[in-house]
Amino acid sequence: MPQSAEKILDHGPLFREPEYQEMFARKKACDGAASIDATALQSEYTKGWDYREKNFSREALVINPAKACQPLGAVFAAAGFEKTMSFVHGSQGCAAYFRSHLSRHFKEPCTAVSSSMTEDAAVFGGLNNMIDGLANCYSLYQPKMIAVSTTCMAEVIGDDLFGFIGNAKQKGSVPEDFDVPFAHTPSFVGSHIDGYDNAIRGILEHFWKENPAVAGSSETINIVPGFDGFCVGNNRELSRMLDLMGVSYKLIGDAADQFDTPSDGEYRMYDGGTTIDDLKAAKGAKATLALQHWNSRKTLEYAASVNQETASFHYPLGVKATDELLMKISALSGKTIPEALRLERGRLVDAMADSQAYLHGKRYAIFGDPDFVQAMARFILETGGEPVHCLSTNGGKEWAEDMQALFDSSPFGKDCKAYAHKDLWHMRSLLFTEPVDFLIGNSHGKYLERDTKTPLIRLTFPIFDRHHHHRFPVIGYQGGLRVLTTILDKLFDKLDAETNIAGETDISFDLTR
Amino acid sequence: MSDSYENDGKAHEQYITEVLAQYPEKFAKRRKKHLSVAKAADVEPDAPVGEEGPLLTECEVKSNIKSIPGVMTIRGCAYAGSKGVVWGPVKDMVHISHGPVGCGQYSWSQRRNYYVGTTGIDAFGTMQITSDFQEKDIVFGGDKKLDKVIDEIEVMFPLNGGMSVQSECPIGLIGDDIEAVSRRKGKEIGKTIVPVRCEGFRGVSQSLGHHIANDAIRDWVLDKSAEAEWEAGPYDVNIVGDYNIGGDAWASRRLLEEMGLRICGNWSGDATLAEMERAPKAKLNLIHCYRSMNYICRHMEEKYGIPWMEYNFFGPSQIAASLRKIAKHFGPEIEAKAEEVIAKYKPLVDSILEKYGPRLKGKKVMLYVGGLRPRHVMTAYEDLGMEIAGTGYEFAHNDDYQRTGHYAKPGTLIYDDVTGYELEKFVEKIRPDLVGSGIKEKYPVQKMGIPFRQMHSWDYSGPYHGYDGFAIFARDMDLAINNPVWDLFDAPWTDGGELLAAAE
Repeated sequence: MPQSAEKILDHGPLFREPEYQEMFARKKACDGAASIDATALQSEYTKGWDYREKNFSREALVINPAKACQPLGAVFAAAGFEKTMSFVHGSQGCAAYFRSHLSRHFKEPCTAVSSSMTEDAAVFGGLNNMIDGLANCYSLYQPKMIAVSTTCMAEVIGDDLFGFIGNAKQKGSVPEDFDVPFAHTPSFVGSHIDGYDNAIRGILEHFWKENPAVAGSSETINIVPGFDGFCVGNNRELSRMLDLMGVSYKLIGDAADQFDTPSDGEYRMYDGGTTIDDLKAAKGAKATLALQHWNSRKTLEYAASVNQETASFHYPLGVKATDELLMKISALSGKTIPEALRLERGRLVDAMADSQAYLHGKRYAIFGDPDFVQAMARFILETGGEPVHCLSTNGGKEWAEDMQALFDSSPFGKDCKAYAHKDLWHMRSLLFTEPVDFLIGNSHGKYLERDTKTPLIRLTFPIFDRHHHHRFPVIGYQGGLRVLTTILDKLFDKLDAETNIAGETDISFDLTR
Repeated sequence: MSDSYENDGKAHEQYITEVLAQYPEKFAKRRKKHLSVAKAADVEPDAPVGEEGPLLTECEVKSNIKSIPGVMTIRGCAYAGSKGVVWGPVKDMVHISHGPVGCGQYSWSQRRNYYVGTTGIDAFGTMQITSDFQEKDIVFGGDKKLDKVIDEIEVMFPLNGGMSVQSECPIGLIGDDIEAVSRRKGKEIGKTIVPVRCEGFRGVSQSLGHHIANDAIRDWVLDKSAEAEWEAGPYDVNIVGDYNIGGDAWASRRLLEEMGLRICGNWSGDATLAEMERAPKAKLNLIHCYRSMNYICRHMEEKYGIPWMEYNFFGPSQIAASLRKIAKHFGPEIEAKAEEVIAKYKPLVDSILEKYGPRLKGKKVMLYVGGLRPRHVMTAYEDLGMEIAGTGYEFAHNDDYQRTGHYAKPGTLIYDDVTGYELEKFVEKIRPDLVGSGIKEKYPVQKMGIPFRQMHSWDYSGPYHGYDGFAIFARDMDLAINNPVWDLFDAPWTDGGELLAAAE
């Protein structure tokens, strides 16, 4: 009997006990599935070039994609505003999924209501669901703003949010002057980063459309962070840098506090976020910057249409990317970059120099949202590494061209390639046929690590199986230090693991590295 | 067994009144029907005791009704009920999340249905396989794409034992004929392809998805049972409605094998298609999650004359009662073996109760889960001396609440399809020592300083079924409740008197 009160075995060790192993063998003998030999043969076959070729000729089938759907991005975006409740118009299961997905990453509450549309709404439209839903949401959760997005159900039947919300207001669901910005976020177009973009644009349009403020009438710079699972650490780090510079800025959507509430006995349904007053005033800003270009194209287009200056970045991670962000902000604001930041920069460069011998020539595979992959590849190039396979399921042709230009800018980019619209099963073939030293991505990469034994470094959303990484920044010089250390930790752990058998491999089990 | 206890029903009724006051009038009326307090059952003292044991309380509330828009229901959808619950665990089949990318992405590997197999080669459980609909698929229909997806699956995963098509919302709205495609392609490749109409907008919760998934098994799997290779034996049973979360089904299977039964198939944790096809050759269907799989049991009873029996493998009292009940069906030889099994594990049970009982005695628990757990786990807590203050179901039907009456003590707060607002307020007012619910509820409750265990995923632990599982269950409840972190919430320089009193 394997289990005892003194030493309770968890599922891992419990099922490795002989009682269970024998039971598995009895079951396998008559389960009708593929034989052990056939499985071994196929397993080997999937590691080769022949399988890779078939894998890359897929046209319809998607296996283990690294992207989610639009409304997830909209729910994330809404979490960045003061006392704002997300309202997902359509089937209710979607809202449950978005909440779970974000909670599993942040280890934090995530709220969103649904209009709970069912068969009758599919036939007659979801107007009544909107009317009742807004009324209930308003009285139960007392938000300052309700941000509406859509599921694919509402999109397929063609529900008109503008009309519906107007109608609901007429019926008294919420007061006439209550803010209900909206965005159509069809799941069958783009990905969560487009949903983020549409939601932010929808919120800006709501507050700016009838607003007489003139762009450039204030010195403020708006900053749109983009969909960012590291928003907690990153937004605070960005604010810290800009405060050091003395710049007048406003984050358009800041979910740092919402996804990082303290445990002190009180559950805060709402915390932090951009205030409605700031949102209104933001129209008068001098410029709107997007930290993640591919996340913010429609938002920037709209900001430009109200005569704001615009600029975008690709997730300011690493030395040069941070330099560029700070210099742009300096140029726009007329504020100099303080000595303190120059010193921070120097410390990051110092750390990179200290470790360069270990980083030089290392080969990486990187996957994730397009801006993240771009940023990460650029930083790897700065360390003398080679970002060999750069894959983004929601990156497009233009992204791949940008990536090629990046590779061409460095001798370390010579053998690197960007894969747009590809998934993690493609990545599996890449890792088997052209192995690399490390894989950088999110928790979904753990299956690739298991199959190909490429060590996984978790640096982007979603991270389900490691805790609290998102509480620390990865952008800016300080963030760069953290990314550098995370990569080095994995590298040294691997080196130790490969040299730690006493009397066999421990010749190079060095104390100092 | 815990001493008999009673909850403060009067206070609970007051809490119901208070939460309803916050709703617009029309919806307060509707929600009122879903909230109740268990009343002592009015049973004649010498009335015959049914299969489930004596009726303790009446817990009936309105259930299986549409959720009210805008209230933050915790429910999911039919797709979650079919792909997420019933079909997803069938390991040698490729389950296609047919439609846009999201549904498959959010449900990817989240139910912890353990299986033995080489993922991507002969098993496909922890994969996200989707037709990733784009706008053109919505406009022109997705049948051609599905056709191609099936062909490409055959190239990528030739050892798959079959496929299922798990419909997402758009499929039913754009008029695709996935049945025709499945039938034609199934013939072409010589494998079972099961179309499932589990679009998320169907029904009011996950529940209809379970039913639709059951019907799909009936129509597309059991029709092949005549050809199934399986030499039937006298002690063959199917385990139905055990999804092997954290290995639950394995901890259960061991006990049944030890008492001399042979498992024909386990539905659907760690299952293969072949194991499901041969199910009608079994002598008895043992159903754990009644809610999600009673439909197919009823069907097999009607069509193949296989009786079915509910059982409960949470906690030693119920495990022993269930083992005896199951054994009785097979006669004295098996009954004797069942007694041996119970006796064999008694020292383990005693040592667990001895170790954890004193640490957990009298602790109050609130539950809000789905399927069978809001009632099935109650006695496991009570075995440890804990008390259930409130319980409720995400997607139960009336028969679930009737069954709850065999478990709940008088005064227990009952909440059906509870809303985020209601649950938060109930927890705040009752301030139990532990809440057992899902990921969406976990963090709000913990922020209040109340220990929490996820009771869908076993909070990444498990198994909780069987005797091996009970040890882990007891350990987990103890580590949740008795962790020192709950005493650190108040900064010593602030006045946290009220909270300190409550945490004691």
